Amino acid sequence: MKTEFPNTETLHFPKSCLHCEDPPCVPVCPTGASYKRPEDGIVLVDYDKCIGCKYCSWACPYGVREIDEHQKVMKKCTLCVDRIYDATLPEERRKPACVLACPTNARLFGDVHDPDSEVSVAIRENGGYALMPEWGTKPANHYLPRRKQRIKIHTDELVRADNPLKKERAQPKPDIKEPSLDDVTSW
Amino acid sequence: MHPAFSVLFLTTLIGVGQGLFLALYTAEVYAVVELLPKPPAHFYWAGSLIALAFLVGGLVASFFHLGHPERAWRSAARWRTSWLSREVIVLPLLMGAVFVYATVHYFDLDLRVLGIDTGLHGDLSLIVGAGGVAFAFLLFLCTGMIYACIKFLQEWATWLTVVNYTLFGLASGWLFATAFAAYVAPEFTRFFGYWTVIATLAVFVTRIASLIRNGRIKRKSTLQTAIGVRHRTVTQKAQGFLGGSFNTREFFHGAPVSVFRSIKWVFLVLVFPVPLILIWAGLSWRGVGLGEGLYYQVVS
Repeated sequence: MKTEFPNTETLHFPKSCLHCEDPPCVPVCPTGASYKRPEDGIVLVDYDKCIGCKYCSWACPYGVREIDEHQKVMKKCTLCVDRIYDATLPEERRKPACVLACPTNARLFGDVHDPDSEVSVAIRENGGYALMPEWGTKPANHYLPRRKQRIKIHTDELVRADNPLKKERAQPKPDIKEPSLDDVTSW
Repeated sequence: MHPAFSVLFLTTLIGVGQGLFLALYTAEVYAVVELLPKPPAHFYWAGSLIALAFLVGGLVASFFHLGHPERAWRSAARWRTSWLSREVIVLPLLMGAVFVYATVHYFDLDLRVLGIDTGLHGDLSLIVGAGGVAFAFLLFLCTGMIYACIKFLQEWATWLTVVNYTLFGLASGWLFATAFAAYVAPEFTRFFGYWTVIATLAVFVTRIASLIRNGRIKRKSTLQTAIGVRHRTVTQKAQGFLGGSFNTREFFHGAPVSVFRSIKWVFLVLVFPVPLILIWAGLSWRGVGLGEGLYYQVVS
């Protein structure tokens, strides 16, 4: 068991709103400012209705809501709702900014209700999971398990079979007493 | 948790207001069936106006934790799903009922003003007061459920939360009623005082029960389920957010370790034995006309 340094692993864990199918932050809102869009399931805050009571932040088990100290309303990940429906953008750019920005394409974007979408296939085939499933919030955003990058080296691969020049062998090195280039040439 | 002071004021003040009103109504019912003598006329209306002042004070305090107080009226919109919304509705209803109750007593109105003669003096205030009692208990339910309905906060998600809010409100309201009666109607002081003791002892039992329950909570969520890593040993080494964030400010009390360690015991001492001792001392002090011999003292 890895319990003590250096036998530990560090896990970087980015987290934003998971856009739950059954979002606990929505029913507690007294004004209806916190809502889940019926057409696409994105959980949003109506900044014109929010009174800034912070009750929704208590109700969110994932801690993804926070108050905007300047506008005094609750804010959260909008799934870049302005980008993904922006018809002026080229089709492949209509994705949340975090998905586009990730240099290793670790983030995927798509319709989890469409069984053939990229994200549904990834969840299904790569063992995607939900965070804290025990509360029944049914997050739409899933996480894919970590894939450890390990190189397996077989001993027979250490020496190349077809190695006529014997490249792995120690390179010839002149003895210290032998004449060097400086001794045999005159500049 | 780092609760706003305005929320603490809100729950404390409306608790006293509700409890005081319930105390007054209980006294009126006792007086109607002649278990208690009739108090002076201003006992009820002045008392309910004080209760109303507590409720208004709580309501005013609650505005201070809002980011947009000018939009507070919107918070009555989602009463179908939100207990906070329900509280926002029930609180003005209770305030209205308490105000009408005070008015009825001030003008000494009976059901005869509506053309109904029941032959019972104070029948109208009994009816209005019964409505107020319903609203008062409904408000305790709403206030408690605001916390109890959040199932992820397992310390709160129990019926004990509602019971504790109710009993704390009753204990503080009856305590205030005891002091109020000592000034206005000393013949009621013992009645209120004994009920304060009963309420305080009752809430001591339920609060201890919830402390024991909370000490033995089995966490439904673990670090493993939070990040989906199936390993027996997962340790959080840093909270992230080097410069702080909403979560680190809102959900961390920020109190020094000494305060954190002692708060439970300070609470247990200040909230239960201290009021009981003071009540006992006050009730057994004969210097201010509270003694047995002055039970029927007439106060002008």
